[in-house]
Amino acid sequence: MSTAAPLVRVRDLVKHFPITRGIIIQRRIGAVQAVDGVSLEIQRGETLGIVGETGCGKSTTARLIMRLLEASAGEITFDGRDITRLRGPALKAVRREMQMVFQDPQSSLNPRKTIGSIIGEPFAIHGLLREKGERKREVQRLMETVGLNPEHYNRYPHEFSGGQRQRIGVARALALSPKLLIADEPVSALDVSIQAQVLNLLRDLQRRLGLTLVFIAHDLSVVRHMCDRIAVMYLGKVVEIGPNEPLYAFPRHPYTGALLAAVPVADPSLHGSERRLLGGDVPSPANPPSACRFHTRCPKAQPLCSTQEPALEDKGSGTLVACHYPLSREEVAQMGVRSAR
Amino acid sequence: MSASEPLLRVEDLRVEFPGEDGVVYAVDGITYEVHSGRTLGIVGESGSGKTVSSLTTLGLTRRQGARISGRILFEGEDLVALPEDRLRAIRGNDIAMVFQDPLSSLHPLYRVGAQIVQAVRAHRDVSKAQARERAIELLGLVGIPDPARRIDEYPHEFSGGMRQRAMIAMALVNEPKLLIADEPTTALDVTVQAQILALMERLQRELGMAIVIITHDLGVVAEMADEIAVMYAGRIVETASTARLFSAPEHPYTWGLLKSIPRLDAPREEDLVPIPGTPPSLINRPPGCHFHPRCPYAQPDHARIDPRLEPVSDEPGHHVACLLEADVRRRLWAHLRAGGTPEQALAAVGLPGAPV
Repeated sequence: MSTAAPLVRVRDLVKHFPITRGIIIQRRIGAVQAVDGVSLEIQRGETLGIVGETGCGKSTTARLIMRLLEASAGEITFDGRDITRLRGPALKAVRREMQMVFQDPQSSLNPRKTIGSIIGEPFAIHGLLREKGERKREVQRLMETVGLNPEHYNRYPHEFSGGQRQRIGVARALALSPKLLIADEPVSALDVSIQAQVLNLLRDLQRRLGLTLVFIAHDLSVVRHMCDRIAVMYLGKVVEIGPNEPLYAFPRHPYTGALLAAVPVADPSLHGSERRLLGGDVPSPANPPSACRFHTRCPKAQPLCSTQEPALEDKGSGTLVACHYPLSREEVAQMGVRSAR
Repeated sequence: MSASEPLLRVEDLRVEFPGEDGVVYAVDGITYEVHSGRTLGIVGESGSGKTVSSLTTLGLTRRQGARISGRILFEGEDLVALPEDRLRAIRGNDIAMVFQDPLSSLHPLYRVGAQIVQAVRAHRDVSKAQARERAIELLGLVGIPDPARRIDEYPHEFSGGMRQRAMIAMALVNEPKLLIADEPTTALDVTVQAQILALMERLQRELGMAIVIITHDLGVVAEMADEIAVMYAGRIVETASTARLFSAPEHPYTWGLLKSIPRLDAPREEDLVPIPGTPPSLINRPPGCHFHPRCPYAQPDHARIDPRLEPVSDEPGHHVACLLEADVRRRLWAHLRAGGTPEQALAAVGLPGAPV
């Protein structure tokens, strides 16, 4: 870990969405525990990947950091300041520093606006570059930065392809020179041949502008390609976090191992080699299993796993793992993890 | 390729949709075959015609005013020419289909079991109780826990993976000879995807059916398919055995697909090489080779000449539609495979670069 202060520090972050019954008198009958005690740090200039399956809380975590959702408990520090309870102008000022790229470029761009005004909107919101010519010049510079033709300033979103629309979203996110960029599944709605264009753009921008990037995805191959460090989430908790190389080469949490073993690899010569598949489905986050939430599906589960929650600890291989019985190298090999070394 | 008759043989199939803006050439003369017990993977991006070609096999594009020509021979019978009632007897019985999104393919207001029972009784003269027995058996077979109870639940009570299993159960209920699976795992998480793919393989072994799996995911076809057809702009541009397609691909579009996905088993530093541009409109397709505007190796005359799908000399079953010379293609791929960029490969082979 670097010694410089991290850009973002999240401590014991919790987000519970209430489940209510009744139309007029709404009684609270439970809560979806979307995020339940997540602690992590995002270093300046790094790309942090957050992976996990549907409902693991990866998008909720991102939206909590962005302050698009109100945390139920916990603390978010951004650039040395506690932003958990900020409101009004102070919150607006912090939001300038962090921007988001969304999954679906179709629904995240207003179809009635020209892309010039879409990319220029952050300036309008924050009262910057009020002079029209100046704003246009800046927007066109941004368009060039992300590989769009600046002459297309007056076109509408429907005139662009999916990949180009995602570039528009990236340009808009970069407009205010944010310190933090969060990309939530930025390529999963795109065609295969287009995905690489957007991935290369993000990687290139991250290097050139020294951006801090949070990259949320369910595709583990893409995350490995893009990220310096990776957090693996399961049912609202971080189960393993660490640098790219040790995490992919020697996953310690049985869930990380199962995820990696499940990825289909585009190499038929590997086919037929034994793979251990995870059974069952992810349990409901409204009623998660006790203690270690993975114990209901875990092949290594012992009685302890359902009574005592494991802490996120260093188990001597470079990652932090929340597991009482982390995987050994032999077990990783037996599972058929293709990135194992 | 086995010497026996293929179960399904599609011959020069064309599907066109006349529309306000012009004719959409969705499928433009494709030919392929599938044998019993084998799996064909059809790979392509959105708009490549992969879904339309399989919907046509089931006669599901007829009502949309499609102009269909060519032949679809299923056990020797031409499905294109078959009247609707005869086709209905085959669809869901001898040929079944699994769609991408199980939530929109299951009726939300009927219990899952009732929908499977209906699928049985549409083709078999059995009592409701017998059909229900069969439905429970199938739900158990596809790995739904406690099938006797879950059969009476509604689709919204199932998770995504369970819905897809239920769809597969419904497709298999009449023991089809051919299963067409259109992006069967795209909406699912990786661990569930692995379960569903393993399930399909196991059922294929047990029932001996043929599978056509349609996907954009090269990882999925590498695991599932025996043969692969790569589609682009309504045509098959390359077809080969799975091992061959991944070890010695011949079409620049196939190279582009292989080089543009990050792989779990490759060094992380390797840069992705995206395919430039975007897939073409199927109304105004580029002249000549449809891929030439995006092809880094395109030569001037490739904008005029339309390539045909031709056999690759040394490998039976390997066909490619490319205007480059065979030895040029091989040298280009050798450079790409070694990690070279398209520009480096062009320079090494001594081809002039494409005027992009």
